[in-house]
Amino acid sequence: MDKLTVSVSPHLHSPVTTQKIMLDVIIALVPATIVGTVLFGLRSLLVVLVCVAAAVLSEFLFNIICKREQAISDLSAVVTGLILALNLPYSIPLWQAAVGSVFAIIVVKSLFGGIGQNFANPAATARIFMILSFSGTVAKAALPTIVDTVSTATPLSILKGTAEGVLPSVGNLLIGLRGGAIGETCVIALLLGGVYLIIKKVITWHTPVAFIMTVFVLSLIFSGSFNEAVVYTLSGGLFLGAIFMATDYSTTPTTLWGKVIFGFGCGFITVCIRFWGTYPEGVSFSILFMNIVTPYIEKLTAKKPFGGENK
Amino acid sequence: MPAPKTVTLLTAMHIGKPAIPVVKPGDTVKVGQLVAEQNGFVSSPVYASVSGTVKKIEDTLISSGVYVPAIIIESDGMMTPYENITPPVVTDYTSFISALKASGIVGLGGAGFPTFVKLDVKDTTRVDEIIINGAECEPYITSDTRTMLDRADDIAYAIKLFEDYLNVKKVYIGIEDKNKAAIAKMKELAASVPSVTVKVLPSLYPQGGEKVIIYNTTGKVVPAGKLPLDVGCVVCNCTTMASIADYMKTGMPLVEKCVTVDGSAVKCPKNVIVPIGTSLTDLFDFCGGLTDDVCKVLYGGPMMGISVPYTDVPVLKNTNAVIALGKKDSAEPKPTQCIHCGRCVTHCPLGLSSTAIGKAYEARDGAALEKLKVNVCMECGCCAFICPAKRPLVQTNRLAKGVLRDYITARQAKEKEEKKNG
Repeated sequence: MDKLTVSVSPHLHSPVTTQKIMLDVIIALVPATIVGTVLFGLRSLLVVLVCVAAAVLSEFLFNIICKREQAISDLSAVVTGLILALNLPYSIPLWQAAVGSVFAIIVVKSLFGGIGQNFANPAATARIFMILSFSGTVAKAALPTIVDTVSTATPLSILKGTAEGVLPSVGNLLIGLRGGAIGETCVIALLLGGVYLIIKKVITWHTPVAFIMTVFVLSLIFSGSFNEAVVYTLSGGLFLGAIFMATDYSTTPTTLWGKVIFGFGCGFITVCIRFWGTYPEGVSFSILFMNIVTPYIEKLTAKKPFGGENK
Repeated sequence: MPAPKTVTLLTAMHIGKPAIPVVKPGDTVKVGQLVAEQNGFVSSPVYASVSGTVKKIEDTLISSGVYVPAIIIESDGMMTPYENITPPVVTDYTSFISALKASGIVGLGGAGFPTFVKLDVKDTTRVDEIIINGAECEPYITSDTRTMLDRADDIAYAIKLFEDYLNVKKVYIGIEDKNKAAIAKMKELAASVPSVTVKVLPSLYPQGGEKVIIYNTTGKVVPAGKLPLDVGCVVCNCTTMASIADYMKTGMPLVEKCVTVDGSAVKCPKNVIVPIGTSLTDLFDFCGGLTDDVCKVLYGGPMMGISVPYTDVPVLKNTNAVIALGKKDSAEPKPTQCIHCGRCVTHCPLGLSSTAIGKAYEARDGAALEKLKVNVCMECGCCAFICPAKRPLVQTNRLAKGVLRDYITARQAKEKEEKKNG
């Protein structure tokens, strides 16, 4: 018998690792990526590859330059690049997509200390940065290339009155036959990914349900029309944002009530921007705003230690 | 298990002051004979677990990092019982407690707190409920289940003593729902003793934690820094109960222990009744020996157990299991950055916020740690188990407790100073 290992308890560890969690998120995004490629053509896949490659490479180089331990194997940079790509129209110039990815990784994530330390969602913030910097190409209504019968504008711009066109049917909204970013249009594919993540216990249902329900109920109240409320709920980046961005670990509350409050806040801000703001869409903005108040939500909803009232 | 060649009886097999040896090298002793006497209030006597000759008394390093005297007895292989052993005469509360004191019984679930101290409630009206802990405290361990199956009569006998001398009206037996046989056996017992209720608990770690089982059986919450007695509860491990009965019936003090021997490196895992002081080497040999890839040996279970540097250490009074793990199970995962997923927060059975404690510890912020109640942490290991970044969260909490202790000591010193001056 050789020497025994002496270590601190516990001596068992769950098989779930950061890498496995990130891999699950990537798996959950596969349906949306495939549908996006089918709807918008192979160029979508190119945008995805550029974003992912730029994200991983920039994190890799940043870690080398700053003499940090190499952490790209945790796959979190892949997730960031992938989510950002799905938030962009397929027609975006590739260099712009790459710049967005580098911004997400370097400015939003790495400069704050890397995984788990950033206060703002990298993909959401990078998307906002790109809307401000490259408004012409990012906010452009990119249309599915497989059919030519789709209206020429995004449903939200039509609802806003900034574009002419006919609203798509609910069926088309569910399968993604409408103008928008690569990964945001097909609600069914996104839901599939969301259910997978909930089953794998990567996320809980609280934030997405609170977010989406809030948008639906408030849209119903403000528009007064059930049909419009449905279109509001199924359009824009709501499902992509609610399922994949508002559930990011680092930038959202850890407590269950915190998650509900976070989702509600996101929904409320989204609807406010959609109805009264300049922009047709507000999902990214709402997530960023709520990221900022996350520490306060955490404080407000902190768990009370068992038997801790004493003293 | 047959008598081992030698036993090593540590004088500190309980929480509290080590006992004082009363034998010297060369003395002959018999099973059940006193070899070290109680020292101070929170302490417990030690009895010879084999018959034979005291070989030597030497200072030995124990897992808490201090040296205590250990009495090493060479066995004659006869296991002759000590002739002066007679059942104690118990007539009332006082004689019951002094009998317990002499029995050498400590909390056998693992804590090792002297049982008589726990039950010395002074005023018996303070005890409303006794909770018999039959929820195995950790994965792997089945020694308590064994006790419930084999020694139900002893448990019933001990309950009767508690009713008579502590005026206990209500007894709960908490068992995890996976232990169907033990539940059936205890329900049988409950049918004949009206005060007993069997509570079937979900098979979830750490069901056997004192505060956890009190809450899950009675719904009562023990406030931080208070004892179960403050809410009218006393928790006793079921093996402790059986040992109490054994002593009261026969007068034979605590000299043997049912121990689970398990883990991937044990060839024939089993529950073994062993003389206290038997070395783990002998115990493993009795269980078919260890596989070649053994990498880690633990006192206790895998969640809170203490890993030992060699197997030449003795079974203690409170050893409920010894686990030997092979290479595959002993891999130490490399910690990576916290991803703020909150799993540690949702999984803490006591509602602590590990992430916040970690930050406060890094900042050495005593005031924040006091608010976060890190002192409540029972170090069950759930947070560190579930952490996907494999961070040593329990260790952080332990260190944070130290920071909090220093902070409170410093504050008290300051307050004292201010009082003196002003």
